[in-house]
Amino acid sequence: MERNKVLAEVQDIFRDVLDEEEIVLTDATSADDIEEWDSLSHIQLIVAIEKHFKIKFTSKEILSWKNVGELVDSTMSKLA
Amino acid sequence: MKSLKELKRILKQGTEGMPEVKVALLGDTATQLLATALKGEGAARGLAVDLYEGEYSQVEMQVLDPGSEFHSFDASFSIIFQSTHKLLETYSLMKPEARVQLAKERLAFVRTLCESTNGKIIYFTYPEIGDAVFGSYQTKVQSSFIYQTRKLNMGLMELSQEYPQLFLCDLAELQAKYGRDMFFQSNVYVSTEMILSVDALPLVASRVLDIICANRGQFKKCLILDLDNTVWGGVVGDDGWENLQLGHGLGIGKAFTEFQQWVVKLRQRGIIICVCSKNDEAVAREAFEKNPEMVLKLDDIAVFVANWENKADNIRRIQSILNIGFDSMVFLDDNPFERGLVRDSLPEVCVPELPEDPGEYLEFLYSQNLFETASFSEADKDRTKQYQAESNRVSYAGKFTNESDYLKSLGMESAVRGFEPFNIPRVAQLSQRSNQFNLRTVRYTEDQVKQMATDPDCGCLTFTLEDKFGDNGLVCVIILKKQDAETLFIDTWLMSCRVLKRGMEHFTMNTIVEYAKANGFKRIVGEYLPTAKNGMVADHYQNLGFSKVEAAETAQYELNVSSYEEKICHIAKK
Repeated sequence: MERNKVLAEVQDIFRDVLDEEEIVLTDATSADDIEEWDSLSHIQLIVAIEKHFKIKFTSKEILSWKNVGELVDSTMSKLA
Repeated sequence: MKSLKELKRILKQGTEGMPEVKVALLGDTATQLLATALKGEGAARGLAVDLYEGEYSQVEMQVLDPGSEFHSFDASFSIIFQSTHKLLETYSLMKPEARVQLAKERLAFVRTLCESTNGKIIYFTYPEIGDAVFGSYQTKVQSSFIYQTRKLNMGLMELSQEYPQLFLCDLAELQAKYGRDMFFQSNVYVSTEMILSVDALPLVASRVLDIICANRGQFKKCLILDLDNTVWGGVVGDDGWENLQLGHGLGIGKAFTEFQQWVVKLRQRGIIICVCSKNDEAVAREAFEKNPEMVLKLDDIAVFVANWENKADNIRRIQSILNIGFDSMVFLDDNPFERGLVRDSLPEVCVPELPEDPGEYLEFLYSQNLFETASFSEADKDRTKQYQAESNRVSYAGKFTNESDYLKSLGMESAVRGFEPFNIPRVAQLSQRSNQFNLRTVRYTEDQVKQMATDPDCGCLTFTLEDKFGDNGLVCVIILKKQDAETLFIDTWLMSCRVLKRGMEHFTMNTIVEYAKANGFKRIVGEYLPTAKNGMVADHYQNLGFSKVEAAETAQYELNVSSYEEKICHIAKK
């Protein structure tokens, strides 16, 4: 799957889980940029992304991402 | 089942105007999302959960310190969530020779919790984790973790009988249904200390709210069944009673037989079973009478309605006979059209979306936990007989033009007793579940009822009602409290709605006045505290000849004992 498509689908998941239609994600977007993205909703996002792409992140990955770009990279690596 | 995401959205819409319930939550793992799920599930059921959430892993500290935030919050329900994972950690750190004490030590803590906490406690059974140290041989080793976990769960169940305020949310059973791999997500746990998976949270919150709602008097009392392809396989009008799929021989009969066994167990527990079917009544009844594979018998059915009319109207008819709220009814029907119709016309009736394959009915119904309860007593078993009698009474009443003549013909008798060991469980149960004919809706536990029974300043009265059609059992509870030397306050007046329009309130009033006279009281004061459900008794005291106490802040009424004229009624003292 193309990176852009993965990013777009991740964006849809963010909008749905955080209940905020205005969210636009770029690789540089981090939790500081989105009000609703806190440590609690982070877990919901992870679980929703795992379900959507039928993948499983490791515990280490969940704690390591600094921004959306890294999250998408992890996702891409599991889809390949 | 709603997802966590949906629960959050419901919560976002606010809980204004909903009744509030104070809930405390303590956990030994991260509970923030459980807190969100609990509040969301509360809002979905029309309850504003006012939640105190303790810092995590402070369970012991908060419980053992009488001055802690937890105790000063004074919740109606305290939810204490201690997880198997943390228990396993404790176990692993113990010296091997001490591990055999694990269950005992935890039970001692739960006992302390019960002794030191006001209000109701919701504690969780421990889902099993096999730590694979002994293999299956663990079942032979007292110090193995599984051995201790099972012993602990058994001990908790015993403790919950000792402490009526202790309710167990059976997480072990819930996990047995859904599996640990669904309940527990190791990557989430390791990175966040959250023990319940995002998918498990709504399930757990729902089970907890089931317990809270049942304790608040909101629970299901009645199961209404369609017949064709719900209770048996096939259409009796087309196939004939002898060709129904039932039992272990024909087609998928086994599925229906096991479903019927479940229904009979519910009836034995005290759930009222009714039939609402599109059929000729004689044809439908014939299947019950003649098919030897039927587990469910006509005797199990309180109200049997089979005709070709609209099912919503038929359920209204059942409701008027039983005199219980629509929100306490469950309707099961295999036909999506009938389900939709009933759901649209009677939104308060619970209409589960039965799976298409009858083989899946039971597992689906198990997952719904439709029949949570906060009490269970022996008297529950007779309820079907009582409602069958009521069904007969309704048709008998049609033959009399004069109500008084009809009441006279019933030959009613009432036994008036105090609170005694044999009736205390029933009194507590009525106190917990009566919503409509309940003047003040003060809920008492069995322990509190026991205390009042021996309190010299309390007058405790119970009433049974029997007539030619049957025994209604204990139907009315009165608690009188001495306000001062001359004044008697009616703390509790509640009655079963089964006995409305029978003159029972007059008989009860006569008895209260008798009690007041015998104990030297000159004045009786009653109070009406309105709730969403007790509008039917708003004018109760005026109707009995009380006059309003104008100075009072609440709706209070008084009666002068010496000027009371005994009410005429057709109930004899037994």
